[in-house]
Amino acid sequence: MIRFEPRARASLALIVGARLAALATAFALAAIPLAAAGAPVGRSFWLMLQGAGGTLFALTETLTRATPLILTGLAAAVAFRARLFNIGAEGQLYAGAMAAVAVGSGAVSGGPLLLVPLVLLAAALAGAALMLVPTVLKVRLGVDEVVTTLLLNFVVLLVAQMMLEGPLKDPMGGGWPQSEPILDQAMLPPIVERMRLHGGFLLGLLACVVAHVLMTRSVLGLRIRAVGENATAAAYAGIPILPTMLAVGALSGGLAGLAGASEVAGLKGYLTADLSRGFGYAGIVVAMVAGLQPLAVVPAAILVAGVFVGADTMSRTVGVSNYIADLIVALALVCVLVSGLFVRFRVRIA
Amino acid sequence: MDAVLDILLSASFWAAAVRIATPLMFGVLGALICERAGVLNLGIEGIFTAGAMAGWLAVYLGLDLWSGVLVAAAVGASLGLVLALLTVPLGLSQHVTGIGVTLLATSLSYFVYRVALPNVSSPPRIQPFAPVAVPGLSDLPFIGPALFGQTPLTFLALALFAVAAFVLHRTPLGLGLRAVGENPAAVESAGLDVHGLRIGAVVVGSAVMALGGAFLTMAAFNAFFFEMTGGRGWICIALTVFASWRPGKALLGALLFGAFDAFQLRLQHAVGGAVPSQVFLMLPYLLSIAALCTVARRADYPKALMVPYLKGQR
Repeated sequence: MIRFEPRARASLALIVGARLAALATAFALAAIPLAAAGAPVGRSFWLMLQGAGGTLFALTETLTRATPLILTGLAAAVAFRARLFNIGAEGQLYAGAMAAVAVGSGAVSGGPLLLVPLVLLAAALAGAALMLVPTVLKVRLGVDEVVTTLLLNFVVLLVAQMMLEGPLKDPMGGGWPQSEPILDQAMLPPIVERMRLHGGFLLGLLACVVAHVLMTRSVLGLRIRAVGENATAAAYAGIPILPTMLAVGALSGGLAGLAGASEVAGLKGYLTADLSRGFGYAGIVVAMVAGLQPLAVVPAAILVAGVFVGADTMSRTVGVSNYIADLIVALALVCVLVSGLFVRFRVRIA
Repeated sequence: MDAVLDILLSASFWAAAVRIATPLMFGVLGALICERAGVLNLGIEGIFTAGAMAGWLAVYLGLDLWSGVLVAAAVGASLGLVLALLTVPLGLSQHVTGIGVTLLATSLSYFVYRVALPNVSSPPRIQPFAPVAVPGLSDLPFIGPALFGQTPLTFLALALFAVAAFVLHRTPLGLGLRAVGENPAAVESAGLDVHGLRIGAVVVGSAVMALGGAFLTMAAFNAFFFEMTGGRGWICIALTVFASWRPGKALLGALLFGAFDAFQLRLQHAVGGAVPSQVFLMLPYLLSIAALCTVARRADYPKALMVPYLKGQR
């Protein structure tokens, strides 16, 4: 029989320790399929580490990959705090990317000081607007937001494909379904010479700091946390539930929309239907690994990005499928979930 | 208008409707069994993928079709056990755990597929289930091909619905399962094992879900593709709510959905290029959301759905 005795307070050392132990367990478990596939386990992990951070190029590639994950991870983290399970960051990312391309590829002319903020604003608004639908359905009708956001992901991707074959299609694209390029003045500038790392990374860092301050120091943050802890009690205490949920939904969707803008206006330069490689879903793992703490989202996103980038390198050398990265990340989510039990409870096996 | 009538009056349309409904029938029944016992199984999309891959791979490696079906069910049951252990005795968030199991099952399926077949460019095919001819009935005009020209898996799905409806509503075990989703404390005081019942329901429900995936690779497409499940699992979760957690309505919901999907595919063909194909493709997802909204206000949720039961805590 397993007994759970609630802890009054968990020390920071315990929280961090449990999280690290969970991640170590995830890697250990991933060694089993790696070994079963005939790969040398130790060498594979070493190559992953090298591929993720062994050179300046590798490191900037990891940070480049971490950029959308910071934003989608943050999107999940703030929403999950209010128990609004936004699993739609993937769709909101595409909504943001479409908006960014719509305003940034020539519809508006001007200098970078006008265009860059405009592109980001358009993307955030598009993502936020998209997330408001499931939020209202949840609060007003009690429709489970997980299912609606998941279903909307498919809808938005189809809308993006439709736009790329229609209004957003680049006439000079040689028939490929891709958008017109973002104007140079609307692009987020690179931040390391001759590398792909771009201003979107700094935007992500800034967003984490702002979200941290918002969650810990503002009335809205208090309300979000109160609604997440106990919505009934929060309502009883006079916290307006619908406005709070709308705010957190818009914030979450907006952050995921920014991830889309950052990818098209920072990295790719134009929109294609394969812009996101599951960044929305990986963001959920990032948020959970970060314990829903905005500041911890940055290291969590870099870790997850490192797994993906490192696995690409490792896979080329060892010849094992890079889906091992997705597997490690999924295992990390499950292990971190379980580790949370050891933080919240003293687990006794009697 | 003529085009619409032409579609509705063709036997091939109804045959397609039942065919398209079959994976949803497995999925919605599996989800219903889990949810009736109080566990929302959002691992469904991953379990679909794993069932599709495992069943297909087993046959590709030389097993016969029915053994492949068993392999798929066993894989589904194992994934269900993982989800059940995390959400029932450990009481972890069913939302996040479900997404975790979906990510885990999907990535594991893709990894195994890539490792098993490192150098294939086009997905290898298997000899799939063939439609069974029911003597006499298959030759009936119109109804024959629609209802009786299906593969054995469709008949298996219908049989499972009958068994599930009987067990849930006519046996002590079914009473226990339904009670554990409504009022676990009462079940406990009646001397039944709350955790055991819930874990059992999730394992069985997940095995049934996996058969829906297996149908895709072993009867519908004959091969395994990445992202082939295309959100069918999430649609099943929506259909379960739409069906008010009743087997009869769930079957009807799956069939209606299959009919709608078959209809939009044909309409898409009839309309030609006038409307972008994506508009039609997004209809099933929008319809699922609409279905959720229409029943939302009067949905009669199992009272203890998503509420973990931990002894000594209330």
